[in-house]
Amino acid sequence: MAAEESYPDDLRYHPEHDWARIEGDVATLGITWYAQDALGEIVHYEPPDEGSSLAKDESYGEVESVKAVSDVISPLTGEVVGVNAKVVEEPETINDDPYGEGWLVRIRLTDSAEVDDLLDVAAYRKLVEEQ
Amino acid sequence: MQTLRRTPLFERHAALGARLVPFAGWEMPVQYTGIGEEHRAVRTRAGVFDVSHMGQLLLAGEGAREYLQARLTNDLDRIDDGHAQYTLLTNEEGGIVDDLIAYRRGGDDYLLVVNASNVAADHAALPETEDVSDRWALLAVQGPEALELLGIDVEPFTFRENSDVLGVRCLVAGTGYTGERGCELGCAPEDAGRLWDAVLDRGVVPCGLGARDTLRLEVCYPLHGNDISPERTPIEAGLGWACALEKDFTGAEVLRRQKDEGPDQKLVAFVMDDPGIPRTGMPIEEGGEVTSGTLSPLLGKGIGLGFVDAAHAAPETPITIDLRGRPRRARIVPKPFYKREET
Repeated sequence: MAAEESYPDDLRYHPEHDWARIEGDVATLGITWYAQDALGEIVHYEPPDEGSSLAKDESYGEVESVKAVSDVISPLTGEVVGVNAKVVEEPETINDDPYGEGWLVRIRLTDSAEVDDLLDVAAYRKLVEEQ
Repeated sequence: MQTLRRTPLFERHAALGARLVPFAGWEMPVQYTGIGEEHRAVRTRAGVFDVSHMGQLLLAGEGAREYLQARLTNDLDRIDDGHAQYTLLTNEEGGIVDDLIAYRRGGDDYLLVVNASNVAADHAALPETEDVSDRWALLAVQGPEALELLGIDVEPFTFRENSDVLGVRCLVAGTGYTGERGCELGCAPEDAGRLWDAVLDRGVVPCGLGARDTLRLEVCYPLHGNDISPERTPIEAGLGWACALEKDFTGAEVLRRQKDEGPDQKLVAFVMDDPGIPRTGMPIEEGGEVTSGTLSPLLGKGIGLGFVDAAHAAPETPITIDLRGRPRRARIVPKPFYKREET
């Protein structure tokens, strides 16, 4: 079943509807409830390779619904240290649990100061309401 | 900015929470709850599509048969009154202006149901016809239980007019675009809401254009504007069966020659062996490009239609598709991907 609309307080957000959970110099990345809802049922996730570099504001992968393809934008710069194999196998996990089991990649941050550029939940909620 | 047109059922779609998108100049529901769910409803039970955006052209009177015989590819004499036929409208080069269903009401009386995006082009090529699109709303009720749920029966490719369906006067036709049994119901626009409500009351699931597209792709029905176009001929597209080449119609000479010589490219069906979903416009290394692609809800794999050079068109031939810069392997398969079980 698709998740209810939510935007957790402990995450940081990118205006392209991506989230980051920061734990030390590692960040877990995914797409927000709003992004998965706009796409509909997600049927394919094209992940980056482990060890590859992600650049802030640049596309690092693709999520696809039956009808549409969407680039996934990295909110931060870093090196991929983990790819969520469950989501590759069962892409609908992103719809079911976008902030939990539906995470996309883990990266080791190149520049932790970039985190300050991201939106907090209040700012992101405001952005979603204006869409 | 062109204003989008709305069918008589627009408010009902909005009230059901449908996602509405522009399609061929109309604001149409692409999905209600989800494409996969709606697709499965049609394959296993019954779904209803609002296809009121489609066009209707009428030609009745002395000479109607002769006029259409000279312009449509299929042979209208192959069908009797009360029967319908898949046919094509071609240009001088043999290119496909539109694909359509011709309903034979009488020897000199025909109703043509055409694609929404091509009404103007069709009417330009068939100026003697009358565009009566505004007089019709059209629902497609499709699926193994569709007819039973409506309490009606109609044989494939037959139709009857002024027939009562759930209290609404309808044209009932045994046609559709999903590969399942079912019907298309034409009614007056002012009756469309009542008919739609009555169909939903019978437990039929509302379905959008998204599922319509995945359903038709699994049975390899071409979509005009994607798989077929004025730049492609019926011979290239594998629609020679709908062309009566022994008669004369616009472009027939070109098609006869192409059939004898063999086309340079052919429209084929393929399944992805690698991960990924093929999409319209992606290059195929063995010639042309993908014309339609999706994830098949039935097979759980990427499937598509596309043009390849004739030398690579045989089933089981491996092909390579450029998925946004990533070469991915696919394999040509016989059409269709899905065939309903005969009952």
